[in-house]
Amino acid sequence: MIRPSFRSPSFRWQALGWQALALAAVALIIVMFTKNASQHLAARHIATGFGFLREAAPIPIGESLLSYTPSVSSYGRAFLIGILNTLKVAIPGCLLATLLGTLIGIARISPIPLLARLAAVYVEVLRDLPLLLQLLFWYGVFQTLPAPRQSFRPLAGVFLSNRGMRFPALAWQSGFGWILFAALAGIALAIVLARATALSPHRARRLAAFLPIPLFPALVFAVTRPTIIIAWPALRGFNFQGGMTISPEYAALTTGLVLYTASYVAEIVRGGLISVARGQWEAGAALGLSRAAALRLIVLPQALRLIIPPMTSQYLNLVKNSSLAVAIGYQDLVSIADTALNQTGQAIEGIGLIMAVYLTISLAISLAMNLYNARIARRTR
Amino acid sequence: MAVHPLYRIARRLISPLVTLVLALILADIAWHFFSWAVLHAVWRLPENAAQAPDTDPCRAAIGHGACWAVVREKFRFILFGFYPYDAQWRPALAVLCFVALFGLSIAPRFWRPSLILLWIAVLAAVGVLMWGGVFGLSFVAADQWGGLPITLILATFGLAAAFPLAILVALARRAEGLPVIRMLAIAYVELIRGVPLISLLFMASVMLPLFLPTGWDIDKLLRAQLAFVLFAGAYLAEVVRAGLSALPLGQYEAAAALGLSYWQKTRLIVLPQALRHVIPMLVNTFIGFFKDTSLVLIIGIFDLMTTGRTATLEPAWQGFGNEVYLLLAAIYFAFCFTMAQISRTLERRLAAPHRDIEEPA
Repeated sequence: MIRPSFRSPSFRWQALGWQALALAAVALIIVMFTKNASQHLAARHIATGFGFLREAAPIPIGESLLSYTPSVSSYGRAFLIGILNTLKVAIPGCLLATLLGTLIGIARISPIPLLARLAAVYVEVLRDLPLLLQLLFWYGVFQTLPAPRQSFRPLAGVFLSNRGMRFPALAWQSGFGWILFAALAGIALAIVLARATALSPHRARRLAAFLPIPLFPALVFAVTRPTIIIAWPALRGFNFQGGMTISPEYAALTTGLVLYTASYVAEIVRGGLISVARGQWEAGAALGLSRAAALRLIVLPQALRLIIPPMTSQYLNLVKNSSLAVAIGYQDLVSIADTALNQTGQAIEGIGLIMAVYLTISLAISLAMNLYNARIARRTR
Repeated sequence: MAVHPLYRIARRLISPLVTLVLALILADIAWHFFSWAVLHAVWRLPENAAQAPDTDPCRAAIGHGACWAVVREKFRFILFGFYPYDAQWRPALAVLCFVALFGLSIAPRFWRPSLILLWIAVLAAVGVLMWGGVFGLSFVAADQWGGLPITLILATFGLAAAFPLAILVALARRAEGLPVIRMLAIAYVELIRGVPLISLLFMASVMLPLFLPTGWDIDKLLRAQLAFVLFAGAYLAEVVRAGLSALPLGQYEAAAALGLSYWQKTRLIVLPQALRHVIPMLVNTFIGFFKDTSLVLIIGIFDLMTTGRTATLEPAWQGFGNEVYLLLAAIYFAFCFTMAQISRTLERRLAAPHRDIEEPA
């Protein structure tokens, strides 16, 4: 490439000058901001630094995966709960959005006109409405469910009310850890086996590859025989006792995020699928494959190359969008950090923590997806 | 492979069966919606002793009929917030100005440098209309603004201010021989894109006052606007960068061969082609900003979403959120859907080979 202007000696001195100027400007802004901030904070008697993370946090937290007592547990623990609550929305959200989005994307190229049309309308409508509006709507829907006493009971032991969904739960026993471990090992083995038998002409062999998933945990269960105690929810007074709950806030946030993100995923999947040449479908049909089999075995693997990179940014968007939780009262990281910074006044540290956590999550997702992308790119070359 | 004839018949039946089931479900939903939104809806309310609407008929209809009276009662507030009632023609006119501006900006025949002058003129006119204080218009402080104009202002001024920034950042990111400037540009883009918009809005509303010297009191709306510009700048920079990398190398080389300086080359050869290439993407990004402005609800700025939400929270009108949300959805959808359609049309036109888009038809 010819770029004479960048090569000349005069440019080199100019370049140094401009860069020094840019650095100096950035440094000046940072110094000014720090000076002003320390003055303001001193005037308002606000502490600086992350020492507050060890102090007791008077934040009431509704749902938490860790034990937490307001005014006893520390701010650090509250933040940790916030991070876990964010992940509790983000991880199932990404999985469900992928699943639903893929289905809708496939429906969009379906030969059934009404189905394709409906999928198109879904995508168009959900993409053109702000996510926040959708979240407020779903929150409203979950709040208009009846009070606990009049709750719906779609199944025995399952209660749907404006306090959320209450359902029976297995009380955790010490032996369960091993069963869980066996299940994970079973899944790992099944992946290896499924890969080895993927091209086998025998349907039975292909199905047998998945046997370790139920078999391993069942075996461990039969050997260890842990006692099973199921906690059934029951109405006591105005609320339920026992069992597990999905709060209306969590349900609204997850529903909204999944439905919204799925509309973007659907477009990505459709784009990937239609990019695969028509001849590939026809080749599949010529081999005697059904449309579904051709999709699964021939078209989708090729489409994945195009689908993965934009999918990464959708996952990143979903994680970032989960911060809208604060608008409907689900206590994710942003919501807890917001409360904390209002209580302590330490806005810089609070917002800094939010940003650091999201940056870490974003980088982790990008890294994982890039690795995956590199692998399928290599395999399809 | 031998296929059982019954299997073949079954496969033929799939499509009509799915269509039938879907059609039945759709008809059911449509009927329920019609019954709720039209047949059992309450359109007007009688007044009670206090000359306020009596919401009892609406309360009685909850669950089976819509209460459109809430929309009738609240739509001026939802559209224009706390703007003085008698002067609300001004924000209305400002909204029309924005719509006209968008309409002109997406017509390829106006894609020339003088479009910038049009933007400056229209944005200035919007400022005059909203603030007033001149031409006999009464002064209205920014904290009284609200509703749809705020949404449009945040998105449009955000775009207008972020665009030059984005071009500079995109150029900086591709600047060879300037590693420091390149690193700064990369750091800015990746940092902003890696964090949620809410954290930027919090930063603008809580942190920025701490960073500024004492006595600098920036209006809350302006601070949110700054956050939007920073946010939009990073995303637009990526769009512009895509346009820059899509430009064939020969164009750069031709410019260099003509002996043009860097800025001449950029202004005359590179940017006009690169930007034109990404206009559909720019429109899509703008749709995103338009929707994202709704997040200012969380820091308490009265945009369209916040006025709508406030209307649903008023005690007398509680329980009619869906009617208000439908109104908001209709407004957002009208804007976003139109822009999305235009973006698609532009994409097709730009993709058409060997057709100069500036040529008069």
